[in-house]
Amino acid sequence: MLSYLLRRLITSLIVVFGVSIGIFLLLHSVYPTPARNVLGLRATQLDVNVWNKQHGYDDPVITQYLRYVGNVLRGNLGFSYVENQSVWDLLKERTPRSVWLSGISLVLAVAIAIPLGIFQAVKRNTIGDNVATSLAFITYSMPSFFLGLILIQVFAFSFPILGFEASQSNNIFVIMGDWKDMTLPVATLTLVSVAAYSRYMRSASMDVLAQDYIKVARAKGLPERLVMGRHLVRNASLPMVTLIGLSLPLLLAGNLITESLFNYPGLGLLFFESLQKVDYPVLLAYTLAGAVLVVIGNLIADIALTVADPRIRLA
Amino acid sequence: MAAQLQPLDISRAPEGGEVGAVQSGWRLALREFTSNRLALIGFAMLLFFVLFSWVGPIFYHTDQTTTNLTLANVAPSGSHLLGTDTNGFDELGRMMKGGQAALEIGAFAALVAIVLGALIGSIAGLAGGLIDGFLMRITDVFLSVPLLFVVLIMAVRFGATVLSLSLLIGTFSWQVPARLVRGEVLTLRERDFVLAARTAGSSRTRLIWRHLLPNAFGVVIVNVTFQMVDAILLVSYVGFLGFGLHFPNVDWGDQLSGSIQYLEDGYWWQIFPVGACIVLTVMALNFIGDALRDAMDVRLRRR
Repeated sequence: MLSYLLRRLITSLIVVFGVSIGIFLLLHSVYPTPARNVLGLRATQLDVNVWNKQHGYDDPVITQYLRYVGNVLRGNLGFSYVENQSVWDLLKERTPRSVWLSGISLVLAVAIAIPLGIFQAVKRNTIGDNVATSLAFITYSMPSFFLGLILIQVFAFSFPILGFEASQSNNIFVIMGDWKDMTLPVATLTLVSVAAYSRYMRSASMDVLAQDYIKVARAKGLPERLVMGRHLVRNASLPMVTLIGLSLPLLLAGNLITESLFNYPGLGLLFFESLQKVDYPVLLAYTLAGAVLVVIGNLIADIALTVADPRIRLA
Repeated sequence: MAAQLQPLDISRAPEGGEVGAVQSGWRLALREFTSNRLALIGFAMLLFFVLFSWVGPIFYHTDQTTTNLTLANVAPSGSHLLGTDTNGFDELGRMMKGGQAALEIGAFAALVAIVLGALIGSIAGLAGGLIDGFLMRITDVFLSVPLLFVVLIMAVRFGATVLSLSLLIGTFSWQVPARLVRGEVLTLRERDFVLAARTAGSSRTRLIWRHLLPNAFGVVIVNVTFQMVDAILLVSYVGFLGFGLHFPNVDWGDQLSGSIQYLEDGYWWQIFPVGACIVLTVMALNFIGDALRDAMDVRLRRR
C-alpha cells in the first residue's frame, strides 16, 4: 500500500509539473506581459520594451517559468499591478469566504445526498423515488445559475423572505451567522451537488442491494434497519468518497458562477474581476491553483478510496 | 416447411431449446434504445429544438439586427410572443438564434473531442508500452486543466465565436473519449478477428480504421451525447458571465447575463423561457445518453 501511495504521489507531481508548464505557456502566449496595465494603453512600444526588460518579461519563456516556480515555492505568487497588491494578499483576503461557502455546501450536500440516494434505491419505483429522481434529473440538467435565478425569484421576490445579494461583510463570523443573505447562495450550490451525488448514490445503493451479502444478512434475521445501517450505507458510500475528492476543484469553479450571481466577494468573483481588468498575474495564479487542486483532489479521492475499500488495498 | 425464424427471445424459451435467428449486437442495441420511452422523448425534444432553431425563424420573422429602444422590455403580447429584451429584440426570435449557436457549438465541440480522443486513444491502445504511457500522462495533464477558467481566459483574449468556442472546448475535452477508446482497443486487440486481420497482413492504419474504431463506436457514441451536454452547459456559463457570443450573434447564456437586473425589474420573460430552453435541451441529451449507455450494455452482454 505504501508503494502504491508513493507511486501515485510521484505521478501527481509529474502531472502538476506538466500542467503548470502548459498553463504558464498558454497564459504567456495570451498575455505576454502586464506592461500595458502599468503603463497605460497609450504607451509606446519602446516604453513597453523597456518595462519588459526591467521586470524580466523579455527573457526566454523557460527562464520566466523557472523564475515563477521559484517564486511560488518561496510564497511569492506575483504582484497584481491592477489592484496594487501582492497576489498572495488578494487571495488570502478572499479565501475564508470561499472556503466557508464551498465547505458548508459540500457538507450539506453529502449529508442530504446519502440518505436521499439510499431512500431512492430502497423505495425504488415508488412515487417518492420517481419524484426525487425526476427532480434530481431536472436540477442536474440545469446550469447552476438558472437554479439560483429560480430560487431568487421564488424566495426573494415573490415571497420576500431571503436576500438576493450575499453578505458583503468582511468578518467571517458575521457571514456565518447571516442566514438571511447566505441561505440562497448556499442552497444553490448545495442543490446542484445533491442532484449529482444522489444520482450516483442511488445507482450505488441499487447495486449493493442486489448483492448476495444483503440477502444473507436478511436471511440471518438481521433487522432491516441494521441491514441498512451496517451494510448498505457503508458499501454504497464508497463512490461518494471518489466524488467528493473529484468535486474539490469543481467547488472552485462552481463558486465562480454562484459568487458572480449573488455578488459574494470570494475567490470566484476575484477571478471574474481579474478577467475584466485583464489582471494577468492573478489569472495565472488562479488557474494554476485550480489545476493543482484538481490533481490534489484526484489524489485524495484515490487514497481515500484505497483506505476505505479493502478490496482495492488487498488486490 | 420451417416457419420463419423469429429473433431469439429469452422469455419464450427460458431453457433454450428453440431455434432463433441470430441477432447482431447492433440490432439488439437499437431495439433496446427504441423501447426506452425516455430515449424517444429525449429524441423528440432534441428534434423539436433543432426545428425550433432553424425552421422556426422561417415561420416567425423577427428582426435581430436593428435595435428598437421604443419597444424595449415589452411584456409578452400579440406581436411579440415572448416579449422583447433591453434592446428591443424579440425574445422568441433571440431564443431561436441562440438555439442555433448552442446546438452548433455542442455538436462541433463534441466532434472535435471525439475525433481527437479516438485517434489518441487508439494509437495509445495499439502501440502500448512507452508511447501508451507517454500519451496517458499527457491525458492526465490535460484532464487537470480547469476548463472553465481556460475557456474564459481565451474568450476574453480572442473573442467568442461559434468556431473558437467549439475548437477550444473540443481541444480540452478529448481526454475522456481517449481513455474510453484506449480501453476498448486494449480489450479488442486480444480478440480473434484482430489476430486474423494481422495474419492476413493488414497494416496498423487499416486495423484502426476498418476493425477497431467501428467496434469502439458504441462507447464513443455514448460519450458524444455527454460531450454535447457538457459543451452546451459550459457555453451557457461563459455566456452568463458576459464573455459569450455578442451582438449580432445570440447565445442562450448571454441572454441571461443581466438576469439579476431583469428579475428585480420583473421582466420574467427575459429569463425563464431561455433557461427552460437550456434545461430541456440538456435533459433531452441526457435522456438519449443514458438510454444509449443502457443499449450499449445490452450489446456488450450479447458479445
